[in-house]
Amino acid sequence: MSRVRVLVGTRKGAFVLESDARRERWEISGPHFAGWEIYHLKGSPADPNRLYASQSTSWFGQLIQRSDDGGRTWEPVGNQFAYEGVPGTHQWYDGTPHAWEFARVWHLEPSLDDPDTVYAGVEDAALFRTSDGGKTWQELPGLREHGSGPRWQPGAGGMCLHTILLDPSNPGRIFIAISAAGVFRSDDSGKTWRPINRGLKSEGIPDPTAEVGHCVHRIAMHRSRPGVLFMQKHWDVMRSDDAGESWQEVSGNLPTDFGFAIEVHAHEPETIYVVPIKSDSEHFPPEGKLRVYRSRSGGNEWEPLTRGLPQRDCYVNVLRDAMAVDALDSCGVYFGTTGGQVYASADAGENWTAIVRDLPAVLSVEVQTLS
Amino acid sequence: MIRVVLPAHLRKLVRVDGEIELDLEGPVTQRSVLDALEDRYPMLRGTIRDRVTLRRRAFVRFFACAEDLSHEPPDALLPGAIASGVEPFLIVGAMSGG
Repeated sequence: MSRVRVLVGTRKGAFVLESDARRERWEISGPHFAGWEIYHLKGSPADPNRLYASQSTSWFGQLIQRSDDGGRTWEPVGNQFAYEGVPGTHQWYDGTPHAWEFARVWHLEPSLDDPDTVYAGVEDAALFRTSDGGKTWQELPGLREHGSGPRWQPGAGGMCLHTILLDPSNPGRIFIAISAAGVFRSDDSGKTWRPINRGLKSEGIPDPTAEVGHCVHRIAMHRSRPGVLFMQKHWDVMRSDDAGESWQEVSGNLPTDFGFAIEVHAHEPETIYVVPIKSDSEHFPPEGKLRVYRSRSGGNEWEPLTRGLPQRDCYVNVLRDAMAVDALDSCGVYFGTTGGQVYASADAGENWTAIVRDLPAVLSVEVQTLS
Repeated sequence: MIRVVLPAHLRKLVRVDGEIELDLEGPVTQRSVLDALEDRYPMLRGTIRDRVTLRRRAFVRFFACAEDLSHEPPDALLPGAIASGVEPFLIVGAMSGG
C-alpha cells in the first residue's frame, strides 16, 4: 500500500510525518536538529530514502544534513558555499552597492534522476550544485554573473534564490526565481541564463516592466507540461504558456492577489492552488479567514476552499515553500502556517484537517508519495 | 591536554555530551585549539568561525578563566590554566534571544 511522507521545516527544527494512503493517522517524528532553522528539506525523486535538509542559525551558520533512511538518521555533509571568483556587488535596500555575501541555503532541489546531485538556492542569490551527495558544492556562476546582477536587490527576507524547477522533458533546462530579481531560465544545464520576466508588472520598482527587479515569490509547474508555469508574485498571480517567454496575469476573482505559495494538482495540470494573503504589509489572510483558493481553469476563475480551515480570527501566514501535493489517485494537498499548523486535504482541497497543529512556525512543506 | 566546552547546539552536532579533550603540540592559541577541534570534528567547520576567512562568527564568543577572550588575536597565547588543562576553553553562543 502506498504511504505518504510529509517533510516539514520550521523555525526550530524539522519534523517528518508519515501516514498510509488513507492519510488519516499520522506518525510524527522530530524535532530533528532542534533549535535550528530548517528552511527546507526535500527527498530525491530517484531514491525516496535520500533526503537533504538545510539547517542554519545566525549563531552557527549553515549546515547541510543528509539522510539515507527516509529521515530516521542524519549525517552532516559539506557546508562550504563559496562564490566563484570575485563576487562583486548587488543593490542594497537603499540602492547602494553591497558585496555578495553568503547567508543561508533557502531551497534544495534534488536531481530528478541522480540521488547524489542536488541544486541549492542560496542567499545572497546564487545557485550551487553538488554531484557527490552533498560533500562538496560548486557554484554555477553564470547566473550570478548575468549582466543584470548589480541591479538585483533583496526582498524583505533577504536576496534569496528560493525556487528551482527542473524540466523533466529537457534535462538542460532549469528555471529559478529570486526575490527581488525575477525568474531566470537556463537551457544549458546552468551554464548561461537569461531573465524571463516579460509581462510582469511591479509597481514597487522604478520601471514597473523592467527586465529584472521583480519580487517573484514562487513559481510552479506540472511535470507533464513543463512549458506551462504558474507564479505567485509579490502582488499578482501569473501564468506562462511558453516556458517563461511571456506572462499573463490570472489573478481573476481572488480576494487579494498577494501571497507566497502556489502549487499545481498532481494529476490535473490546469488545477492550481494559492493562499491569498491580505497585503505586503499585513501578512495574514484577509478577514481573518484562512482560505485556499483553487482554480480548475489554470487561473482567472477561483473558488475558496474552507471546509476544516479556521474562518475567524486567523492571522497566520503561509510561506513560499510551505505548500505541496502528493501523487495519490485522490490528490492530497498540504500546507504549513507560521502558527505551526500543517493542514492536509486528501481530496484535492475539499476538506481540510490539521495533521499537526502546534509546531514552531512552518517554513517549508514537501511531500513524498512512497510505493 | 586542553579541555573545550561547546555550546549545546554544537555538542549535539558532534554527538558529545560533556567536555572535549584535545592534545596539542606547540603554542596553545585560539587558532591551534580550533584547528585541532575542527580536525577531530570536521562538521564544526563553518560553525564557530568562517570557513574561508577563519574569523570568529559574530554570535560566537570565547571565554576562559572568567575572561572574554573573543577579541584577542587568534594567535595570542591562551592563559596557562587553559594550556595545562586546569580550566576549560569555553565556546559560547552569544546571549541574543531567539
